[in-house]
Amino acid sequence: MAPLLQVDNLTIRFPRAEPVRDLSFDIGQGETLAIVGESGSGKSLTALALMQLLPRAAKVASGRIAFGGRDLLKLDAREMRHLRGRDIAMIFQEPMTSLNPVMTIGRQIAEVLKVHERLSGRAASERAVELLKLVRIPAPEKRVDDYPHQLSGGMRQRVMIAIAVACKPKLLIADEPTTALDVTIQAQVLDLLDTLRRELQMAVVLITHDLGVVAQWADKVVVMYAGRKVEQALPGDLFNNPLHPYTRGLLAASPRLKNDFHYRDGALSEIPGSIVSAAGEAGCPFRPRCAQARASCGHHVPQLTVPAPDRLVACPFTSPIKAVPHAAALSL
Amino acid sequence: MPLLSVSDLKTHYKSRDGVLRAVDGVDLVVERGETVGLVGESGCGKSTLGKTVLRLVDPTDGRIEFKGEDITVLDQRRLRNVRKSIQMIFQDPFASLNPRQTIGEILEAPLAVHKAGDRAKRRRIVGDIVAKVGLPADSINRYPHEFSGGQRQRIGIARALLLNPELIVCDEPVSALDLSIQAQILNLLVEMKKEFGLSYLFISHDLSVVRYFADRVMVMYLGRIVESADNATLWSDPRHPYTRALMEAVPDPARPRQAAPLGGDLPSPSDIPSGCRFHTRCPLATDLCRAEEPEFRSIAPGHQVACHFADTIN
Repeated sequence: MAPLLQVDNLTIRFPRAEPVRDLSFDIGQGETLAIVGESGSGKSLTALALMQLLPRAAKVASGRIAFGGRDLLKLDAREMRHLRGRDIAMIFQEPMTSLNPVMTIGRQIAEVLKVHERLSGRAASERAVELLKLVRIPAPEKRVDDYPHQLSGGMRQRVMIAIAVACKPKLLIADEPTTALDVTIQAQVLDLLDTLRRELQMAVVLITHDLGVVAQWADKVVVMYAGRKVEQALPGDLFNNPLHPYTRGLLAASPRLKNDFHYRDGALSEIPGSIVSAAGEAGCPFRPRCAQARASCGHHVPQLTVPAPDRLVACPFTSPIKAVPHAAALSL
Repeated sequence: MPLLSVSDLKTHYKSRDGVLRAVDGVDLVVERGETVGLVGESGCGKSTLGKTVLRLVDPTDGRIEFKGEDITVLDQRRLRNVRKSIQMIFQDPFASLNPRQTIGEILEAPLAVHKAGDRAKRRRIVGDIVAKVGLPADSINRYPHEFSGGQRQRIGIARALLLNPELIVCDEPVSALDLSIQAQILNLLVEMKKEFGLSYLFISHDLSVVRYFADRVMVMYLGRIVESADNATLWSDPRHPYTRALMEAVPDPARPRQAAPLGGDLPSPSDIPSGCRFHTRCPLATDLCRAEEPEFRSIAPGHQVACHFADTIN
């Protein structure tokens, strides 16, 4: 079966930079794909490109975004508007900046239903209450008349989710949906997203910088660095046996809860420098920070290769995949 | 004598909704050379506590003793002297750096305020500290916007170190940084601690960072410390249900997914629940918890918990 969404060789261009280059990935129906990367990796621009909401200065320079068999890049503004919010929806990191502060949350949910489902005002308000119930907001009949500032951060994100899933989209793009939330609230919101994904048979693109979130919630992971995909894997494989030097560096640099490593035992492993060094690089974007870099890494961008089923890596010098016993794999 | 000793500290704010009890009776000790981690979620009062220790915010009640001297009663002039010894590092270094000043000017200012030598000597001190925190020497002629997030935090650290402090309050110093940069800054803080014999009060919402970085950990909830233990004990034998929930909520690649450990939101600090302040979200709450606030008591040497059931929880 053809994937729900297939992105081929997407390149996003600003007048003086190409923050996303030659990016390809796909998502099947009901699947969760995580895109991980740090600031400047191009992950959020990719999300905006899927929604056709790129900033004015940015253009899709090349590539194809096929959604349900249609190339989104060939749709006109009206067709795209029809799709956006109905078949593809998006939630953002900071719900407060995406909600209208002078409109009750009930009206904001109802608005989507009036536009896309042509519901009457009355029917839309009733449906708004149901949606608040669906996203587990307590006392939805009362909350529907609240303004965004009357809600906590976690509740606001639930409202955003209610708006996003109002028309039962086939694809939900979640850009750092829990980054602004506390861990106990993050767990609640991720639980909710996953429940809705199953109930509504919806695919989710989860954009995040949090490796823990990726490991526990994704079916498939794409690691981005400086606008390019450097590795793709199933989460278990990625954490047990990272292949790209950047992925390895990230995992080694992160302090872990289930790990006795303490500052008195030694320093954390570092990735030297910053992503800024990738600007204007001719070869591998990670070369300036890579401990294993060789002269040839500066010549051309490494191609993605397939070292094992369901895996892609853009580094010719990665060591071959070893079989990792399961128990050892769990003690990262 | 401990370096810092805080007892029954309260910082209340008056707001339209009544009194907001941000810090509501905290006891805390930082020994010389020690790193005390303070963890809790947003709104728990941890940042207010940090600011109160420096008297950037004035306490409503309680004592803050620095090397045995109660600094809550000091006037501004004498306080300035103490502030040489207690410095602060903030979460967003960009917001705490004047965009129109060069790094050299920013770093010279505290030295000038505290009359540390003549211009030439101040320049020398600034040059030394810039090298120590790993910034290039030409940084002093550049402006904050020319630096990346990690480098800006290095500037923040340099400024905190200038006056040879003994205690540094670090308020979420790596929370705004990318993972690959976090490790660089944490390592730098450890190096500086060794080199200058510093003590840290390290405020963070990130448990895995605190686990790596702290010698002792205090868990804060709605204005109070609910659990305190040395690092190893806290992670191996947490006794407060809130501490346990926090640990379970952190998504960890080495563990299978679990159901969200806590429901609901943090109650408002203007309307703190009766009895145990955690009872509204606690999976183990009983009538006793709703009626009576548990005492913050020792259950083992160096391990204190504010829970009626700390001895029996499992």
